[in-house]
Amino acid sequence: MYSEKVMEHFRNPRNMGEIPDADGVGTVGNPVCGDMMTVYIKVKDNRIDDIRFKTFGCGAAIATSSMVTELAKGKTLEEAKKIGRSDVAASLDGLPKVKMHCSNLAADALHAAIEDYEKHKGTKR
Amino acid sequence: MDHAAGRPIDPRVLEAMLPYMKSLYGNPSSIHSFGQEARQAIEEARTKVAELINAESEESIIFTSGATESNNMAIKGFAHRNKNQGRHIITSSIEHMSILNPCKFLTTKGFTVTFLPVNQYGFVNLTSLEEELTSETILVSIMYANGEIGTIQPIKEISQIIHRKNAYLHVDATAANGQIPIDINNEGIDLLTVSSNDMSGPKGVGALYIKKGVRLEPLIHGGGQERALRSGTENLPGVVGLGKASETAKKEMPAESKPLKKLRDKLIKGLLDPVPHSFLNGPPTKRLPNNAAVRYSFIEGESILLDLDMKGVAASSGSACTAKTLEPSHVLRAIGLKHEEAHGSLLFTLGRQNTEEEVDYVIRIMPEIVKRLREMSPLTPEGLME
Repeated sequence: MYSEKVMEHFRNPRNMGEIPDADGVGTVGNPVCGDMMTVYIKVKDNRIDDIRFKTFGCGAAIATSSMVTELAKGKTLEEAKKIGRSDVAASLDGLPKVKMHCSNLAADALHAAIEDYEKHKGTKR
Repeated sequence: MDHAAGRPIDPRVLEAMLPYMKSLYGNPSSIHSFGQEARQAIEEARTKVAELINAESEESIIFTSGATESNNMAIKGFAHRNKNQGRHIITSSIEHMSILNPCKFLTTKGFTVTFLPVNQYGFVNLTSLEEELTSETILVSIMYANGEIGTIQPIKEISQIIHRKNAYLHVDATAANGQIPIDINNEGIDLLTVSSNDMSGPKGVGALYIKKGVRLEPLIHGGGQERALRSGTENLPGVVGLGKASETAKKEMPAESKPLKKLRDKLIKGLLDPVPHSFLNGPPTKRLPNNAAVRYSFIEGESILLDLDMKGVAASSGSACTAKTLEPSHVLRAIGLKHEEAHGSLLFTLGRQNTEEEVDYVIRIMPEIVKRLREMSPLTPEGLME
């Protein structure tokens, strides 16, 4: 049911973990729905210098989290904001239809992390 | 270890069926000898199914296309035929969809249905059953055992309560037949659904036991086969296969049950003991001998399944049927699990092919799988306590 690429990211997730002194943190979903993810970003010269994730959820939730960190790393904040759910799904060679909505939250988590960074920019965290 | 979702057909069953797919193609309704050969094979199968559940006569067995049809026939067929006696039906909240949905359908046809709650182990509350029974109640449908959490209902007590109030009892034995002995006489069952593929028989065939004197409206009208209760030329190889599966199960159940229970208990203990925040779903006793249902906090069932699958182990997350909707199973919700608890559930159903080595292997790999997924998870014991 999953593409080989989804399974590969599920087996070997990239950038898994936390950033204790992150510049921005975004959490979306909730355990009630069965999917929840948190994205941590470190920003340097308006670029995403480091990015990590933690995810509770199905194979698709874990693979999309891993993929979004790969897509966003090194991008400017403006570029990263343009990464959408469909980009994540396409980079994974597609997702099962039933997973497109609930388990494809990774881009939202990235956007939430950027928003969090922009809100707190200039203030000491 | 996902035998509840689909189990391999027993080679002896296949062997018994093959002649009826090749040279023995007679129509059981024909007078000539080809037809009579087929008729005899069907009647022998009927006897074997009757013997499996200790039915008083083989005539009380009707062959169907499977447990779903049997359940539909029992619920809708009984309701339509007996609606002048009353229009109230009682069932439990952990039944299979092929009970729940016909019951819901009947509520659009002038019937009222009560869905009884169950306790944390999945047992039907006998006091509420007694309270809900009225003079309007014509039928109560309670499953013999639940395949997802293993709970075996106290059918005899249930039937006594129901019969005191002059209602009839239908029992869906899908998860139980071939696993534990069923005695429709001793337990006082009026209608009973028998499943074939749940006891290593072929798919696409099932049976309904109908006690003498219990009247049903047929769902399928036609040429009058199966005492005009289920028209259509009989599925000859399927019926022969179900007969053979019933015979084999009856013979081998007593010897298989004990080692299976031992294997189950070893698996449950091995899945839970080394892992903190892990729990058993369903009751510790009065449990199907093949059922090991557990849950792990902070992680999600499907990702556990994928990890197991990569290591060559097939299991199920709650219910194979609910995988389409992503909603946690109604059974796990009915026993009081929160959504997030239900999401972390995992079901192993053992079969006679499973060995102790296989159980040892699962026990060995599971703690690492849980550890890997928990490291990825933003949920923690501390977070849960907040």
